[in-house]
Amino acid sequence: MKRLTREQLATRVARDIPEGAYVNLGIGMPTLVANYLPRDREIFLHSENGILGMGPAPAPGEEDPDLINAGKQPVTLLPGGSFFHHADSFAMMRGGHLDICVLGAFEVSASGDLANWHTGAADAILTAAGLSYLGLGLEISTPGDWGRDLADAQSFLGDGIWWTSLFPGLMIILLTVGLSFLGEGLNDMINPLLKKERA
Amino acid sequence: MVNKTVASLQAAVADVPDGATIMIGGFGVAGQPSALIDALIAQGARNLTVINNNAGNGETGLAALLKAGRVRKMVCSFPRQADSFVFDALYRAGEVELEVVPQGNLAERIRAAGAGIGAFFTPTGHGTLLAEGKETRLIAGRPHVLEYPLAADFALIKARRGDRLGNLVYRKAARNFGPVMATAAACTVAQVDEVVDVGALDPEAVVTPGIFVHRVVVA
Repeated sequence: MKRLTREQLATRVARDIPEGAYVNLGIGMPTLVANYLPRDREIFLHSENGILGMGPAPAPGEEDPDLINAGKQPVTLLPGGSFFHHADSFAMMRGGHLDICVLGAFEVSASGDLANWHTGAADAILTAAGLSYLGLGLEISTPGDWGRDLADAQSFLGDGIWWTSLFPGLMIILLTVGLSFLGEGLNDMINPLLKKERA
Repeated sequence: MVNKTVASLQAAVADVPDGATIMIGGFGVAGQPSALIDALIAQGARNLTVINNNAGNGETGLAALLKAGRVRKMVCSFPRQADSFVFDALYRAGEVELEVVPQGNLAERIRAAGAGIGAFFTPTGHGTLLAEGKETRLIAGRPHVLEYPLAADFALIKARRGDRLGNLVYRKAARNFGPVMATAAACTVAQVDEVVDVGALDPEAVVTPGIFVHRVVVA
């Protein structure tokens, strides 16, 4: 499978968002979508912590600790934007007023079932509950990512979540053992010293 | 003359008893009433149940209250963050209880307590661990879970400006839980940047009307 970069994925999702849409971007990779929204479209970004009309990240030095997104990173407010409290913010989400939500997911099946981290389940469920459209963004794991997956998963070991470490760990062990057997086999076949001994 | 302003942070939290349930405003550090939390640490109340969106960041504010061993139970939507190490360690050591509440349920349960609503049905969490043991009902063909209000003895919140009547306006996204928490506590204490004269706040723009606020203190 040809793999999209995070930026390509964000660009692809952004292209599907129409003019006038009220959109919530999930924490993590979905946040990137904000950087690739077509400039000729008026799109309203909602942030669960009480912002509508959220703008891009501020210039260095202009960060405001009272103006952050759901991932607690500094953002800006566009002209026409507004602030509101949490109950109103979730009324927008749960009352079905938003048009699009872009979720980050742990795993997605071909039929669209999504799995999330155990500890993050609450957020994913509630956002999925009130929306008419879900855009899912996730990266496909490849051998080069197993090390990163393992490193990510290790931070959950302390909570007793061992299974996320198991599979990348097993794949790395399998790959290493496989390569070592391959090396042994090749050595047996073509090492001239061994050939002499056998003869 | 009504005057809800309090002379010191110390006086603002002096009567918080051991075992109290306390709402603390803020989303991460935005809107966190750090000066009131520091005053609460100095005051010494123990065995607290704290309701907040998170479970502390870094080592200041709510994290400092946790580190001081004053919190028996956290009720929050999102405990784990890159800098929530104080809570993480206490939780792993079994020294603090945790009730995870989906963020919209947290806001709505607080709102319900403030508005005198007995309980409400929501589809959020149905069929998950979060709904275990809770009453459910099929409404318009969709399964819902019964959720109860969340009230507190004290709410500690942060606002930009207040007046002696308790009217408040906030600053940007630091508003977050402040207005709903203010409605749901027996005693709401607001930490403000400045106290202005009565009439100075535009009545069309007051976010929290003074009826919900009991004490205002400058920090």
